[in-house]
Amino acid sequence: MLKIWRNNQLSMWRPNIWDVLAFIIVIAVFVILAYGATEMATPYKIGQQLPIHLDPKYLPYYALRSVLRLLIAMVFSLLFTFTVATLAAKNKHAERIILPAIDILQSVPILGFLSITVVVFIAIFPNSLLGPEFAAIFVIFTSQVWNIALGFYQSLKTVPFELKEASNIFHLSAWQRFWRVEVPFAVPSLVWNMMLSMSASWFFVVASEAITVNNQSILLPGIGSYIAVAIQHADKVAVGYSILTMLIVILLYDQLLFRPLVQWSERFKFESNIDDKKTSSLFVSLLNRAHLIQYVGQFFGLFFNLLANLNIGHKKEVLIQEEKKRTQGRQYVVWVWYGLLFLVCAIAVVELADFIFKVISLHTALHVMLLGVYTGIRVFVLIILCSLVWVPVGVLIGINPKLTAIIQPIAQFLASFPANLLFPVVVIAIIKFHLNVEIWTTPLMILGTQWYILFNVIAGASTLPKELYLATKNFNVKGWLWWKRFALPGVFPYFVTGAMTAAGGAWNASIVAEVVSWGSHTLRATGLGAYIATYTASGNFPKIALGIAVMCLFVLVLNRLIWQPLYRLAEKRYQLY
Amino acid sequence: MTTVRGGGSLESNIMNENLIEIKNVKKVFSNDTQQGILVLDDVNFTMKKGEIVALLGRSGSGKSTLLRIIAGLLEPTEGEVYYQDKQVKSAVKGISMVFQSFALMPWLTVLQNVELGLEALGIAREERRQRALKAIDIVGLDGFESAYPKELSGGMRQRVGFARALVVNPNLLLMDEPFSSLDVLTTDHLRDDLLELWEEKQTNLDGILLVTHDIQEAITMADRIIIFDTNPGTVKKDFKVDLPRPRDDESAGFRRLMDQIYTFMTSSVGVESTIEEGIDMSYRVPDAQVSELAGLLEAIEEEEAEGAIDFSDLAEVTQLDMDEMLALTEVLDILRFSKSKDGGIHLTDAGRKFATADMLEQKQIFARHLMQYIPIIKHIADILRTRSSHRVSKKYFLADLEDYFSDEDAERVLRVVIEWGRYAELFAYDDNTGKLSLEDPE
Repeated sequence: MLKIWRNNQLSMWRPNIWDVLAFIIVIAVFVILAYGATEMATPYKIGQQLPIHLDPKYLPYYALRSVLRLLIAMVFSLLFTFTVATLAAKNKHAERIILPAIDILQSVPILGFLSITVVVFIAIFPNSLLGPEFAAIFVIFTSQVWNIALGFYQSLKTVPFELKEASNIFHLSAWQRFWRVEVPFAVPSLVWNMMLSMSASWFFVVASEAITVNNQSILLPGIGSYIAVAIQHADKVAVGYSILTMLIVILLYDQLLFRPLVQWSERFKFESNIDDKKTSSLFVSLLNRAHLIQYVGQFFGLFFNLLANLNIGHKKEVLIQEEKKRTQGRQYVVWVWYGLLFLVCAIAVVELADFIFKVISLHTALHVMLLGVYTGIRVFVLIILCSLVWVPVGVLIGINPKLTAIIQPIAQFLASFPANLLFPVVVIAIIKFHLNVEIWTTPLMILGTQWYILFNVIAGASTLPKELYLATKNFNVKGWLWWKRFALPGVFPYFVTGAMTAAGGAWNASIVAEVVSWGSHTLRATGLGAYIATYTASGNFPKIALGIAVMCLFVLVLNRLIWQPLYRLAEKRYQLY
Repeated sequence: MTTVRGGGSLESNIMNENLIEIKNVKKVFSNDTQQGILVLDDVNFTMKKGEIVALLGRSGSGKSTLLRIIAGLLEPTEGEVYYQDKQVKSAVKGISMVFQSFALMPWLTVLQNVELGLEALGIAREERRQRALKAIDIVGLDGFESAYPKELSGGMRQRVGFARALVVNPNLLLMDEPFSSLDVLTTDHLRDDLLELWEEKQTNLDGILLVTHDIQEAITMADRIIIFDTNPGTVKKDFKVDLPRPRDDESAGFRRLMDQIYTFMTSSVGVESTIEEGIDMSYRVPDAQVSELAGLLEAIEEEEAEGAIDFSDLAEVTQLDMDEMLALTEVLDILRFSKSKDGGIHLTDAGRKFATADMLEQKQIFARHLMQYIPIIKHIADILRTRSSHRVSKKYFLADLEDYFSDEDAERVLRVVIEWGRYAELFAYDDNTGKLSLEDPE
């Protein structure tokens, strides 16, 4: 029995070819990231143009810079999640404000904020490129963090009671419980949400690098800036290069980062049966064959052990469950907390009203509302059109396991591809065929997010019980009846999830999709997105604020009125047992 | 298992020491609508060193709650618990627990799971490993150290549960229905192994306290059986088990004790008088599906043809465990379809008629008896009739029930009652709208 543990000792180590390969890859990744990081802190003055070269040899470097932004934002997202989401789960006073705040922030059109945050960050880091860098990272962060935090919070709230009891009876300290029980329990949700966030945030990486604020454009080195410059120069070949680069980057990050993570997170799943197919990753097989890397892994394991066993938060003689009688002092803190909260809210309301109503007339407000309706109609029509196409296709793919295995990864891949890279292709077509701008810029909004509908429907159809499918065959249920009574109700919950995500993304995308350009041509559709984009470029802050506020309002109201009821219906009626 | 030993043959000096002493323990769970629900009332008993004690009772009798109070995981509303003459105020070192659902961390290997309790005590890595490996060895899981719980069968998982509980060298082992999610064969095997550990003194254990609703299990394992009454949980009877070990469940003594306990549990004075006087809204309707009730009636009718029957026979015929069977017979008694007395059961005229009727007649008989003997059903039907729309939201009745039960229990009671009413065609229910109505659904 002891020999299991003997494997651990380094004396047994014999290097093999996989060690060399894996070692090179790991070190290379670290070196490249470090190089990118040093480049970020170069001096910079506002108004100064950073040269962006259209020569494709610069593209790997630009891609690296973009990836780095994404990863840094992810680190901040995790920090936020571990602190704020934990606080919300542990403290009901904090929970009351944090949860609704996250819920609202989720539906905020992040791109609109860029113009505001850029100014703030440039003020914080004067004379350094770190200002615009952080503004871009902040946008990416806000596009990633909310669902990760919410998922983590929900996991913390649903840690099985028996595990809590077990950790109590074996006297785990609060700190040990966090690392040994709560975090591991949340890992599957954490990894899944990280993956969704990463996919979604490519779009924002591209959009946030080329910023035009106050009629000044800032171009951060990256793929997004590259394509912005390519559009300025109407350079079709360069657009092609950037699309190709992005494809390669996403492929690499999928293989090197996500598949390993997902595979690793499988073991944290709480359900006792494992019948899902395992995610496979070339990189993981490589790592598994390389001994050295395993030792490095063990080193980290040991490190984690020490971390988890730090003597922190070890309370003695504390009963769970029973609410401790609150001491007078604690009660006092609670009142101060709510008092502060109320004060901040009051000040915010006054300031906001002052700010907006001084410069904006009721007429303008109504006009912006109308623009919101236009964009809303676009989103609505798009979701319907996409559903008409992708639901049947998704069902047909989903009930065929072989096809699912091929198409599903492709659909997920397409969902993470930043659609804004493809905009020029559509714009060229619109200009060439003199198409109606109001109608034909619309599909741009859904270009990236339609895949959510497809891959959710595929997922739904592939989980429909085989026996139900056989039953429909047995009773000779065919044609429309088959769709109406079997396929559509069966995938409904999945469809709702997909459509909800797609619609949310489309609102956000409207900011970059309603105003597009190619060389000297600029196409402008009428809508809320175009309104926000236009005033962002000219730096009119009250109007940006108004535009964002109206868009928030639309998204929130639509969520409450349409998506949430649909979601609840799906949960109640169409969930399989 | 070669050692044969009766419950009382231990050295008397150990026997006199109290391991656990429970004094006037009362537990009230607070609930939003009412002042609270009384789960345990005035519970007293003492457990000596060297004893295996079984807490036997129906589900909902608060025995698991009592176990958690003893472990220091819950605070009693009133009364005290003493462990080795010291009052229990929080999770006590020296008391360890085995859970019904195993409660293993799925992300830790067998070894890591077993080490967990030692880690919490701050024991050095080397010693931790040694002790964990030894515990794994003792429970017979050698070779599975690096396996994850997912890879193990239920019985193996519970062995990990035992190893984890034993590795911290406890004096008292608490077991909360440890075998109830395992199959019969696995249970027998695991139970024998545990008794062997106990008798050969391979551990430091001074006592085992076991919660169960399985009479056979209690008799097989325990030196003493403490029978719990439901609603609220109280100690009803303290049985001493003097059968020699290993105990053979076919032996005459075993059978006699089993009959005795069955009789005792079914002839509870409290329940009988409630049934005689009729129940009111506060009656906690047990989980009994119409198909089970009908099935049991038919089974009793068939058996009765061959002579009078008692509960342990019926349990054998129907393959129901005691908990399920007592729940069903209680409902049958309340509906006046059967009458239980002194461990035996016989059908009333109405019950016999029901058992032999066709489906339509069965519905009519059922409807009549529901209206007559189940007040909540009559209440629902009355309210529906007085409303001009003949439709009332389920929430309305839920609020009524929450005066008597916890939210969860109120939900459950209403669900059961709605099922009965729907079957008897007394009212209809639409789950989409959450409304009860007199009309038939479109």
